Amino acid sequence: MKKAGDQVQPLSLQEIAEKNEPTDEQVWELRLYVAGQTPRSLAAFANLKKICEEHLAGRYNIEVVDLVKHPQLAAGDQILAIPTLVRKLPQPLRKIVGDLRDTERALVGLQLRPATPEK
Amino acid sequence: MSKTPQKNSQENRSLPKAPTGIQGLDEITGGGFPRGRPTLVCGSAGAGKTLLAMEFLVRGATEYNEPGVFMAFEETAAELTQNVRSLGFDLDELAKEKKLIIDYVRIERSEIDETGDYDLEGLFIRLAAAIDAVGAQRVVLDTIENLFAGLQNEGILRAELRRLFRWLKDQGVSAVITAERGEGALTRHGLEEYVSDCVILLDHRVTDQVSTRRLRIVKYRGTAHGTNEYPFLIDEDGFSVLPVTSLGLQHEVSNERISSGVPRLDTMLGGEGYFRGTTILVSGTAGTGKTSLAAHFVDAACRRGERCLYFSFEESQGQLIRNMRSIGLNLEQWSKKNLLQFHSSRATFYGLEMHLAIIHKTVQEFDPRVVIIDPIGSLIQAGNRRDAHTMLIRLIDFLKQRQVTAFLTNLTSGGEALEKTDVEISSIVDTWLFMRDIELDGERNRALYVLKSRGMAHSNQLREFLLTERGFDLLNVYVGPEGVLTGSSRLSQEAREQAAAVERQQEAQRKERERTRKREALEARIAALRKEFEVEEEEAATSASQDVSREKVIAENREAMSRSRQADMVKGSALPKGRRSS
Repeated sequence: MKKAGDQVQPLSLQEIAEKNEPTDEQVWELRLYVAGQTPRSLAAFANLKKICEEHLAGRYNIEVVDLVKHPQLAAGDQILAIPTLVRKLPQPLRKIVGDLRDTERALVGLQLRPATPEK
Repeated sequence: MSKTPQKNSQENRSLPKAPTGIQGLDEITGGGFPRGRPTLVCGSAGAGKTLLAMEFLVRGATEYNEPGVFMAFEETAAELTQNVRSLGFDLDELAKEKKLIIDYVRIERSEIDETGDYDLEGLFIRLAAAIDAVGAQRVVLDTIENLFAGLQNEGILRAELRRLFRWLKDQGVSAVITAERGEGALTRHGLEEYVSDCVILLDHRVTDQVSTRRLRIVKYRGTAHGTNEYPFLIDEDGFSVLPVTSLGLQHEVSNERISSGVPRLDTMLGGEGYFRGTTILVSGTAGTGKTSLAAHFVDAACRRGERCLYFSFEESQGQLIRNMRSIGLNLEQWSKKNLLQFHSSRATFYGLEMHLAIIHKTVQEFDPRVVIIDPIGSLIQAGNRRDAHTMLIRLIDFLKQRQVTAFLTNLTSGGEALEKTDVEISSIVDTWLFMRDIELDGERNRALYVLKSRGMAHSNQLREFLLTERGFDLLNVYVGPEGVLTGSSRLSQEAREQAAAVERQQEAQRKERERTRKREALEARIAALRKEFEVEEEEAATSASQDVSREKVIAENREAMSRSRQADMVKGSALPKGRRSS
C-alpha cells in the first residue's frame, strides 16, 4: 500500500488538498473484484458503469477481476468482501465494498463528491 | 505429560482427533482438537491465543505431516515469523517446504466504504486458494473478530461467519479460531455461537502481583475432557499445559534403600537410610541445618552416580556451593560432571503453577533420581495455601511416579506448633525428619529426630548434631534432670560424669585396699593365736609326759617301799583314788 505522505518535504494542508484533488484531466483506474457471474457482481458492474458514464465520461478504465478464476489476486488488494471496487488511481487508494446500489454513497466513497451533510 | 500414542488411537475410535502436539494439551483433550471441525480459542489480550494456534499448526506440519494455513488478521507474516522464531519455529523454512502458509489479511476501515450488499466470498476464495496450495488439513484464523472492526454491516458479517465455519467443516479441515474474551461472554462478538464443537478458554490472571496462565476446556462435544483449569506456560519450547491433577496412588514402590549421606542418620532410619522413590521432609526452624542435610543427601546420591536436581528458592548456586564447602562437601565436582543441576530462582518470581511447570519440565529433561526442593515454604509465598497444597501433592505424585526420591525442606516458624507443617503435607510425605534448636544455658544447639518414617523401624531418639568442617555429625543427647542437655551443658555434664566416675573408682580402690589391710591384720592375728595354741599344746603334752613319769616314779617308789615292807602286792589298787593326781 502506498502511503499518502511519502514525501520528504512536509506539505502544507493546502498543498495536500490540491495534490489529492482529482483533477479533470486524470484518468481513473478502477478495478472491480467479483467472484463469478453472480447477480450481485453483475449489479455492481452495472452500477459502476453508470456512475462512471455520468461523472467520468471518457477518462476511466474499469478492470474486472474474477477471483474464482484468479484467486491469487485476492491477496494483492486485500480483498475480503465481494464485490469490492478499488480505486487504484487517482491516489490515495480507496475501496468500496458492496454492489454500489447507493449511488450517493458510492460517489462519496470514490471522492467524486465531498462528504457533505445531506440531512 | 509425555505423549501417549496408544491413548490417542484409543480416543480416535470415539471421535477423530487432530493431535496438537502440545505438551499436556493432548492429554486433557483426550487426543487433541476435533478433527475436521473448528475449535474456538478465546482469551484476553496476551493470554497466548496466537501462540497456541500457531503451535497447533507448526506441530501439525512438522510432527503429524498435516500442512496448515495461518490466516492472520492482526499481525503480518513477517511479524509472526519473528515472534515465534524465539520458540524455535522456523516459519520461512516451513513455507518453503510447502507445509505452512501465512496469509495476512489487512482490513483498514478508513479506506473502505460500504454501499449495498456484499459477502465475504473474497475471504473464502483466499482461504480456499491457500488450503489448496499446500493441501492444508489445519487452518487457523487469528483473530477473525477483527473483521468486526473493519466492516460495518454486522448482519452480513454474522451470516458470513456462520457460512465460513460451516464451510470449514465441509472442507474437513481442523480449524482453530481465536477470539478476544468479551465482557460477561466468552468472546466479544459471540463467536461461540457459531463454533460449538470445542471451546478452549485461556486465562491470564494476576493474584498478588504474580501472574498465572490457565487453560480450561469450556466444552468439547463428544469427548470426556478434563474440566479443571490447568496451568500452562509459554517458554522457549512453546506452549505446555500441566494436566497434573493428582496422579493417584498407583505408583510402583521400591524396596531399595539409599543412604542419607549421614551414616548415623542411616542408623536411625532402620540402619539403611531412606527408601528410594519416597518423599522426605525435613522441617525445622531457621538455621537448623536443613540445607546442609539436603546437601549431604545430594553428595551421597552423586557419589552413587545418580543425577540430582536441586531447586533452591533461597540461595544461588554459587552461594550453595561455597556454603557447603564449609562443611566439607564439594558439590562443584558433581555439578561439573553434570550429575548435579541447580535451579535457583526467587519463589515470588513466578506463580505457583509456573514453578510446578518448571519443576516438571526440568525433571523430565534431566531425568534425575533425586530432587531437592529447598525450601517448599517459599512456594507457599508464591501462591495461597490451598493452591500450594494441591501443587505439592501433584508434585509428589509426579515424582513418585517416576521413582524419584524427593527431599523437601520446610521452614517452621518459631511461634507455631513445632510439628505443624505449613501446608499440612505430613500425610503425603514418607519420612519426616525434624530439626530443632535447643536453647539452654545461653546457647543454641541443634538436634534431630525422626518424626516418622514409613516402612522402617526407626529410632525414637533425639540426637544432637554438629555441623563440623567434616560435615554432619550426630551425637547422643544427654537427658538430665532439667531436660535434654546439649552443647556446653552436655560437655559439662560429660565432664561431671567423668569426674564422678573417677571418684567412684578411687573410692572402690580405697575400699579394696582397706579390705586387704583388714584381711592381712586378721590373718596375722589368726597366726598369732594359732602359735599361742601350739605352745599351749606343747606345754600340755610335756606336762602330761612328766605326770606319767612322775606316777611311774611314785609307783616304783611305792613298790620299792612295799617291797621293803613286804606288803601284799595288789597291783594298781594300792593307791587311794584321791591321791592320784597329786
